Amino acid sequence: MANILVNAPKTAKRGAVIEIKALIMHQMETGFRPGPNGQILPRNIIEHFTATWDDAEIFSMEMSPAISANPFVSFFAVASESGTLHLRWTGDHGFVAEEKVAIAVE
Amino acid sequence: MRARYFAIALFLVFGASFALAQSQGQSQRGSGADTRRSGYQDMGPALQQMQDDDTANPGMLFVQQGSKLWSARVGVAGKACADCHGDAATSMKGVAARYPAIPPGADRPVDLEGRIDLCRTERQQAPAFAHDSQDSLALQAFVAAQSRGQPIAPPDDPRLSSWRVQGEEIYRRRQGQLNLSCAICHDENAGKKLAGVTIPQAHPTGYPVYRLEWQGLGSLRRRLRNCLFGIRAELYPVGAPEYVALELYLMERAKGMTMEAPAVRP
Repeated sequence: MANILVNAPKTAKRGAVIEIKALIMHQMETGFRPGPNGQILPRNIIEHFTATWDDAEIFSMEMSPAISANPFVSFFAVASESGTLHLRWTGDHGFVAEEKVAIAVE
Repeated sequence: MRARYFAIALFLVFGASFALAQSQGQSQRGSGADTRRSGYQDMGPALQQMQDDDTANPGMLFVQQGSKLWSARVGVAGKACADCHGDAATSMKGVAARYPAIPPGADRPVDLEGRIDLCRTERQQAPAFAHDSQDSLALQAFVAAQSRGQPIAPPDDPRLSSWRVQGEEIYRRRQGQLNLSCAICHDENAGKKLAGVTIPQAHPTGYPVYRLEWQGLGSLRRRLRNCLFGIRAELYPVGAPEYVALELYLMERAKGMTMEAPAVRP
């Protein structure tokens, strides 16, 4: 299982703007580097990151080889109702990692 | 008579305070005010914030991985680190701040990586980690993180002094095609610029560190190899005792400074 660190408030006031920060361990390979045998090493990056609040997608991004290894993503959302924040990373070679955070809105 | 006693008492008080002032002045002259700086103090505020925030510091990903390894049963003995050492928060507190040290029954010092490998081969009966492998670094980061905020406290073991002397000798010896010693950059020119980068004083306060240039976690040994390569010197072999000697000297030099592993560096 991938190592993931998520920083999101457990509770929020209705209508408040909250910041969600997510960091994931992923050993990247840009796809531009030659290996010891001179052949280009196959690319291995995280391609997509999506965040859904219950079933509604609230944030998504496409990643490229110019983004660092172990990417750190920070975004904002308006807390409208209690729910579960579902973070999902997908990438090359079938890489999938998920994390869930429950946020209670008062 | 009374006046005489008073004079003697007065003399004693003055004498004592004079002696105290003298000894304080001397100790201050002897070591100087502490001008040692951690690399942390030479970083910009953005990187300092990155290190301070446990959910933004990528080194904490390795600490998380290390905590899983801490309780994973491995080897023929089927033991986890936690089976002997229990809760790392108490048993590992201050450990990274005093290594390298000579383990019981051994005759030479080992660093944290070597100590973990000893536990693996002797207690867990598992193969030692490959040098600088991710699992080894993760476990080191987890152990070192338990010493955050502790002062660096090298052990008083007299057997270590000859190693420290050797370490200092390497530190002050010119080597490589550029004919530089560690001291030329990190003592004589620390705080000045090398290209766009501030030359740090080279205090090992945050190892293993997450270095942005490496895009990963790295050991002090890797940092030393990096420097040797930079001055175009011949690298010591990966497991060479010279690294441990240098590490011992550097830890003695940084005695009392605060541990901040896993640190972030540019």
